[in-house]
Amino acid sequence: MSIRAPRKGENYELSVDLNSEYREKRKDAIKRTIASMTVGKDVSGLFPDVLKNMQTDDLEQKKLVYLYLMNYAKTQPELVILAVNTFVKDTDDPNPLVRALAIRTMGCLRAEKIIDYLCDPLQKCLKDENPYVRKTAALCVAKLYDLKPDLVLDNGFLDQLLEMIADSNPMVVANTVAALTDIHVSAIGSGASSEDSGYFTITTSILNKLLIALNECSEWGRVAILNALARYQAHDEKESEHICERVVPQFQHANGAVVLAAVKVIMIHMRKVHREEMTRQLVRKMAPPLVTLLSSPPEVQWVALRNINLLLQKRPDILQNEMRVFFCKYNDPLYVKVEKVDIMVRLASENNVDALLSELKEYASEVDVDFVRKSIKAIGQTAVKIDAAAERCVNVLLELINTRVSYVVQEAVVVMKDIFRKYPKTYEGVIPILCSNLDELDEPEAKASLIWIIGEYANTIDNAADLLGIFVDSFTEEAYPVQLQTLTAVVKLFLIKPDSSQAIVQRILNTATKDCDSPDVRDRAYIYWRLLSMDPAAAKAVVLAHRPPISIPRTTVAPSLLEELLGEVGTLASVYHKPSETFIGKGRIGADAVRNRAELGDDQLSAQKALQTVAAGQQAENLLDFDDASTIEGQPSGLAATGILSQTPAAANIIAGTSTNPLDDLVSIFGGGDSGSSGGLAPAPMSFGGGGFGGMGQFGAGAPGALGTAGLSNMPPTPATAKPNMHPEQQEDLLGLF
Amino acid sequence: MISAFFIFNQKGEVLISRLYRTDFKRSIADVFRIQVVSNSDVRSPIITLGSTSFFHVRINNLYVVAVTKTNANAALVFEFCYRFISICKAYFGKVDEEAVKNNFVVIYELIDEINDFGYPQNSEIDTLKTYITTESIVSTNIAAEESSKITTQATGAISWRRADVRYKKNEAFVDVIENVNLSMSAKGNVLRADVDGHIQMRAYLTGTPECKFGLNDKLVIDKNDKGQSDAVELDDCRFHQCVSLAEFDADRTISFVPPDGEFELMRYRSTSNVKLPLRVIPSVTEVGTTQVQYTVIVKANFNNKLSATDVVIRIPTPLNTTTTECKAPTGKAKYVPAENVIIWKIARLQGGAECSIRATADLTRTTTRQVWARPPIDVDFQVLMFTASGLIVRFLKVFEKSNYQSVKWVRYLTKASGNYQIRF
Repeated sequence: MSIRAPRKGENYELSVDLNSEYREKRKDAIKRTIASMTVGKDVSGLFPDVLKNMQTDDLEQKKLVYLYLMNYAKTQPELVILAVNTFVKDTDDPNPLVRALAIRTMGCLRAEKIIDYLCDPLQKCLKDENPYVRKTAALCVAKLYDLKPDLVLDNGFLDQLLEMIADSNPMVVANTVAALTDIHVSAIGSGASSEDSGYFTITTSILNKLLIALNECSEWGRVAILNALARYQAHDEKESEHICERVVPQFQHANGAVVLAAVKVIMIHMRKVHREEMTRQLVRKMAPPLVTLLSSPPEVQWVALRNINLLLQKRPDILQNEMRVFFCKYNDPLYVKVEKVDIMVRLASENNVDALLSELKEYASEVDVDFVRKSIKAIGQTAVKIDAAAERCVNVLLELINTRVSYVVQEAVVVMKDIFRKYPKTYEGVIPILCSNLDELDEPEAKASLIWIIGEYANTIDNAADLLGIFVDSFTEEAYPVQLQTLTAVVKLFLIKPDSSQAIVQRILNTATKDCDSPDVRDRAYIYWRLLSMDPAAAKAVVLAHRPPISIPRTTVAPSLLEELLGEVGTLASVYHKPSETFIGKGRIGADAVRNRAELGDDQLSAQKALQTVAAGQQAENLLDFDDASTIEGQPSGLAATGILSQTPAAANIIAGTSTNPLDDLVSIFGGGDSGSSGGLAPAPMSFGGGGFGGMGQFGAGAPGALGTAGLSNMPPTPATAKPNMHPEQQEDLLGLF
Repeated sequence: MISAFFIFNQKGEVLISRLYRTDFKRSIADVFRIQVVSNSDVRSPIITLGSTSFFHVRINNLYVVAVTKTNANAALVFEFCYRFISICKAYFGKVDEEAVKNNFVVIYELIDEINDFGYPQNSEIDTLKTYITTESIVSTNIAAEESSKITTQATGAISWRRADVRYKKNEAFVDVIENVNLSMSAKGNVLRADVDGHIQMRAYLTGTPECKFGLNDKLVIDKNDKGQSDAVELDDCRFHQCVSLAEFDADRTISFVPPDGEFELMRYRSTSNVKLPLRVIPSVTEVGTTQVQYTVIVKANFNNKLSATDVVIRIPTPLNTTTTECKAPTGKAKYVPAENVIIWKIARLQGGAECSIRATADLTRTTTRQVWARPPIDVDFQVLMFTASGLIVRFLKVFEKSNYQSVKWVRYLTKASGNYQIRF
């Protein structure tokens, strides 16, 4: 049923012109129709009028009519049938451009009725003598599969495509590979086939054909072929080496997508190459093209930088002497700058640290707040990474604090906390300067950091009690992380100087247990209170315990995820550093999917991971044996950590990317204690915190199992697995009493 | 894999919309308009909302947008967007709202030709121009044979060249163009100096010629005759798809069948022994909080037979500058308040010459003490017949069946635009 346009208005005028007796006028009307379509006006009512103009020798007009058809075929299925004849006739046209156009458009029409008429012409076009028609037909098979998979299987198009990989024309080969891959992927996605027995399994003979076509086809074709090569399972080391040798020349291609696709293939097949010399040679050849990508347009640069970041986590030696090329230009877009700073820190070593620091100092005086913060963070990371440079880093930070720019000072304080964690008792001279900036701090993280420092060095700061008193006064107005830190710092102060701080500790425990609405803060206060009143010696051992040193993790993603991402160099997943399931289709990943992945995953890796988790679990249990309080302390800071993480989108990315892994561990160790929560870390501490207060009385009575098994199985892996994976989270964890 | 392709203007109106796949409705364009165009704080060229990812590239107030729902190859998508832009440049001379609106029919033809079902297809400008033209083609006018030829070329191993090229006079022009990037610290240390070079070639050669191209590439020279010192170390080279990469990988010979007309033969990068053509010595002092004094000296560090042209030096001033006073004996200097810079232009600067500018900027008092970020001084210039990397074209040999004589021309140009920065 077609809706006729009313007898006035724009559509009516168009319809009159479309039926005009003059050719030029009709063509002009078609153009105007397309223009209306583009801006989103509904011109579907003109379908029959446009259709009349399909029979023409004018190629341009034909293309325009086809464009219209592709857009509205779905809404006017009955009328499309009228076009079929012309299409079928066109596939027999002597002009190959017309033949290809017809088969290309038919595939895009997506109307049930027309599909049945598609198979015969497609059959013919796949065997066309002209390569241009063949390459168009090859993709058309993928279009057909997308619409009606059965038709492709029944008509034997798949086998035909597999034969076409041997086509003499490289472009046809490339499109055939693209079509087969497309079908393969959507078949797996819909569950019609599995990865092992997919529709496009690359055999040795296919491999050889692909390697030959690789050097001859167009840039986009090369990407398609390289993607297929990446999926090939090499039988032995020699074969892997052979593939690497054949792919390496692609590093010199002008198109960045080809270069990155080649890097991907090399990274995958290099896993099987054990010859030291060969590996070194491949890595050496990889470096210059990666650097060259930095002179591409900013968006391509950014994709390259994100991938370089991943590559460096696997092979830190890859760009050893190239730090300078990552120096930011003043007019680089922000996203490029931030990524460059990250990479610069990764490449930092004793040889280049001076150049790095002077750059970072320069960046810290720029205008963009986020970038300035990032640079200051980078200074802190450098200090933690390179022992010999720590003092220089501290000096730079002091210079920055002297600028008295609010956000600079706050970030510098946060960073100093990490430096104190790494080098305890080394830079105590800095503390007075930090404390003098107390009034400038208004962000929770900065406040919490300064309070931590005061508590930690309470014995050397004479007026520690006064300083903490300021925060105790405003306790109820502060953010929870600040409250937690204040609480801990005051208790530390009390344990160090019991005589002078009796009053303040009493006051804060009172306030925290009575006037605070956060269960975490309240619980922690109760625990401290009981500890202090029952066994001050134990309290000392817990609160003032020796803290394990922190270090900059070499990787920001879990080892198994890193391997997976390196197999996807150049794709969105590699840009986000997240597995693709987290951002494409099918909504969130269910626990089942995670479990399956853990089971299917590389045996060695999962075994390793399991071992890690067991070890970490034991650690956590030891702490439990010692005193329940300590694990509980870890808990709120875990919550705080997730809270902070989710504030910044970048950090959220990181956590989302890695959060599946702690869950993996959870599942594998506890046999699915609580696997319903796939969201990551947040649910575990939340559920515990919620039930925490109720269990408190029992707990006070000294029952070690008071927390209940559900709570326990949730708890240990959270801090333990987070440690190797996540940098920001780690620091937050360690900030607490753990 | 690209599911949809859009062009938006600055207001967020859709100028071009093409859905390659059916996983979207047209209304997906509105989502982009709301999330990106009308959002002043977009901090990433890729935005993922739900399971839909938008890739965008901005050019002259246009947004070129590709949309996908899969784990697409991000590098490929951006390369494709930039290829589309360069095709538009070649077709319409410029890429802006007006050009897109006036040529939307051709653009639709183009985006259907260079992309099918989300997979990029042949995008060689030269080939596209043979069958997608701004004048309409009537299919009877092109004989079927003609289009057979076109299609064979579009898909063939040498998709970039027609077989029947004829010239009376066979000529090849080679332009070596080097962009110098410099970051110099306030203390005058070179933080980073490198050269992004590209070799632009215009080939007007008959038939299907096989060309061999030789540079003073250190790796090649060292192998052949030792002891020569003028060789250049190239960190990396990238080639037009006409160059046989396998051959280059084996023995670093550059051999190719050139496209007809103009194309970029190769790009290279060099970081060692970069000769900086201009040396800039700034001295900037802040007098109290109300004045900044500048003295900037520029020296031309190259042979005095050559000269730098179109020298533009941009000296940043604080944001609260009210008036400036510039004394430049050579060239012209003026203050541009909108950009917060003093622009000093010198039309021609002879090799070995030196000139200077003195300027003061008066500042208003501000209530809050603002720190001036001190952006770097930026210099643009061009020096003809000079290469900062020292690269020289040693030979260009043309082999063709008919063995004709050909004339070759070589030009060198070193320039800086936007990336020659001196901090102070």
